[in-house]
Amino acid sequence: MSAALTSPAPLGMIEATQTVAGRPGLGSRVLHSPTFVAGAVMTATIVALVVLAPVIGRYSPVALDPLHPLSGPSGLHWLGTDELGRDTWSRLLYGGRTDLQVGFLAVVFPFCFGVFIGTVCGYFGGRLDAAVMRVVDVVLAFPFFVLIIALVFVVGVGTHGIYIAFGLTDWVVYARTTRSATMIARNLDWVAAAEGGGFSRARVLWRHILPNTITQAIVYSMSDIVIVILAVVALGYLGLGIQPPAPDWGSMITDGQNYLQSDQWMAILPGIAVVFTGIGLSLLGDGLADVLRPE
Amino acid sequence: MRTVPVSEVTVLLPPEREGRLAHGLWASPSLRYIVRRFLLSIPVLVGVVVVTFLLLRLIPGDPARTLLGVHATPAAIKALRHQLGLDEPIWRQFWTYVYGLVHGNLGRSIYYQAPVASVIAPCLPLTAALVLVATFFAIVITVPAAALAATHKEQPSDHAVRVFSLMGLGMPSFWLGIILIIVFSVDLHWFPVGGYGTTFWQHVHSLVLPGLCAAFAIVPVLIRSLRVGMLEVLGADFIATARAKGLRTWRVTFVHVARNALIPTVTLLGINIAYLIGGTVVIERVFGLNGLGNAMLNAIDLRDFPVVQGITLIYAVGVIGVILVTDLVTARLDPRLRLR
Repeated sequence: MSAALTSPAPLGMIEATQTVAGRPGLGSRVLHSPTFVAGAVMTATIVALVVLAPVIGRYSPVALDPLHPLSGPSGLHWLGTDELGRDTWSRLLYGGRTDLQVGFLAVVFPFCFGVFIGTVCGYFGGRLDAAVMRVVDVVLAFPFFVLIIALVFVVGVGTHGIYIAFGLTDWVVYARTTRSATMIARNLDWVAAAEGGGFSRARVLWRHILPNTITQAIVYSMSDIVIVILAVVALGYLGLGIQPPAPDWGSMITDGQNYLQSDQWMAILPGIAVVFTGIGLSLLGDGLADVLRPE
Repeated sequence: MRTVPVSEVTVLLPPEREGRLAHGLWASPSLRYIVRRFLLSIPVLVGVVVVTFLLLRLIPGDPARTLLGVHATPAAIKALRHQLGLDEPIWRQFWTYVYGLVHGNLGRSIYYQAPVASVIAPCLPLTAALVLVATFFAIVITVPAAALAATHKEQPSDHAVRVFSLMGLGMPSFWLGIILIIVFSVDLHWFPVGGYGTTFWQHVHSLVLPGLCAAFAIVPVLIRSLRVGMLEVLGADFIATARAKGLRTWRVTFVHVARNALIPTVTLLGINIAYLIGGTVVIERVFGLNGLGNAMLNAIDLRDFPVVQGITLIYAVGVIGVILVTDLVTARLDPRLRLR
């Protein structure tokens, strides 16, 4: 670009960079947010555990030990075994591996599509915006979990069905959040400056608006992963999610429910794993909100 | 979810408009608001009907064959195709569907060979009662907890409430249900393990634990929002005035602060009630309650598509109704909104 003709745009951008440079660096803000550090440590712990499942799991999650069914914690089986003699510690790790993987992957498409459509709607407005927002209203009118169950039922039970069900529904919150953030951002000085400077709309959206609007979506995505993992676990509990014999926290709770009188830990342990993951990701989301919050 | 800070909602009524409002049937701004709010939910209702209609189309392959399974005879498939209307053009199917709905016909159950409405109707009161009990618990837990946290900002009780909400955020409600059953039903025998009983008091008794579980799904979100709302109100001038007048702390907290912070919370409750209602599906299964959710899950096991479709629609209509009611309640609490 020629420097002489585009003076308003660089001015605007200098203003934008100054705002960033005027605050303490990202690194120090990260370290000064105990919430972020706690969330990151918890999330990293759980991710490390499930990634290392083959190393620290000791047994295959589907290996049967017919001599020790429903056994308590021992040197042989750290957290005991289930009714088929499968090692609970291994099943927790591998179950978490599946649930976390599905939870993370299921929000990738909703995140990208929702942010894209929200940005376009918020920036251009008009008929497309009106139409998309009506669709958003309709999707939000359904109880989230009911729609997920109905969709998983019609498209087919299992991981595949979960991805489709969330892909069809979960983008709406991202779209709505990003749309309102974009509508605010498009009236900011440096956006007007960039537009006046003759940058293409695509460039303005990508370089000047998106960096300001995406933080909300990123923060929300942490809570969203928690919501999705909760839904996946609930689907597993109902037999509509990850199909046995593949381990999953939800189906482990279902199995444990038959032994509430004698072996309560079978149902309790997988739930604790879910709660731990949920707290970690929620703290990480709160921490990200602190760290990424504009001045 | 973001709420509008109460301090930002200021609406000034131009004098000439006040004069116009005072004539005829539209004299009451409340009535105008109610009518407009009703009209606004019509497009959503239409959209919901379209989505439930399209559910059948999402079944991969030939829906009739998929629903009946691999052992179905060609004659049975043909009969089901006819019953589901799949042998007709799609616009005609949609017309038949809408025409049926308008006349209270939700379709015909494949398994029971009876109208879907007659399969669903007996389950409706239980789910409605459960949602009501859960909402009651949600409010009873949220308001004091948020007031405690907001009035003791950055003190131990605030942190305790925060830890409590954090734990709730990631807790599967059905798992909480199992824990409650272990503690209160199996060990302490305070509540039944499952079932609904026959008398009114048995109903209430058996809905306590499920109601608590369902409430917990949204309590953390509500507490967070109400706490922020209360903190904003606590900083407002009229609170300083109330304090300066010498009013007692509890009166300022519950009369001045709570009422103003309640408005965004009721709105938020309306939005989150959809999530709460979704949660009751699993909770009904855990506690063996024969409500809509259990009926839906049974229909899924039986591959009884029209029942699943009918229940999905009923749930959505219920949510639209609840959100409508909460909007009207908000307007009642906050006269400023009615005049917009």
